[in-house]
Amino acid sequence: MTEIKIVYFAWVRERVGVAEEIIDVPQNDLTVEALAELLSQRDEGYALAFENPKLVRAAIDRVHAKPSDMIAGAREIAFFPPMTGG
Amino acid sequence: MTTRITVRIQADAFDVADETDALNSPNEDVGAVSTFIGYCRSEGGRLNALELEHYPGMAEDEIKRVVDEACTRWPLSSASVIHRYGVMKPGDGIVFVGTASTHRAEAFAACEFLMDYLKTRAPFWKKEYRADGNIGDWVEAKSDDDAAAARWTSKT
Repeated sequence: MTEIKIVYFAWVRERVGVAEEIIDVPQNDLTVEALAELLSQRDEGYALAFENPKLVRAAIDRVHAKPSDMIAGAREIAFFPPMTGG
Repeated sequence: MTTRITVRIQADAFDVADETDALNSPNEDVGAVSTFIGYCRSEGGRLNALELEHYPGMAEDEIKRVVDEACTRWPLSSASVIHRYGVMKPGDGIVFVGTASTHRAEAFAACEFLMDYLKTRAPFWKKEYRADGNIGDWVEAKSDDDAAAARWTSKT
């Protein structure tokens, strides 16, 4: 197991209930998609946050990531809704 | 061409005149400056404010990556992106994008490209504060914005 920092933004943060946390993950063979699935099983808030995977984007070490990207070696994973800046 | 790049993420308001002047300095070879300013709207009186949340660190990095991409496509002497976070009132400027080049075509195109890419790539999210006093919803991303960004991928 490896410790990894997870950060959340906007309604993903509100549904999960925390802005950031450190969790233990079986890091080496986990994709972003698999991590989201793992998180969604934690409680109702997480389940709600990840209920529609298409609406949750991710970043690995502050770079946009695809669902199939591996999180191996990452220090910080972020989950957030599609962006609405500008 | 070496492009002078300015990327700032800030809570404070920006001064459009100052930022525009900065794009044109030194100005020996600048023939064109194009700017875009995005403002907070009231949506016909429905909203009191918007709150912009951002991902500190990534917001600046990602905007720099978008500006670098613009620099590979057009010869720009300067490019600036200033994006604010926090609570905005209707009429407040949220984002300033400016480009400077020798001729107008490059400045116009790069400015539009930067804005289209920022919309879909910069990690910012808007929350509505309604005029009736309630906190409203998070603004949903528009498919139009994805389409606007995607049209640049079919061009060279």
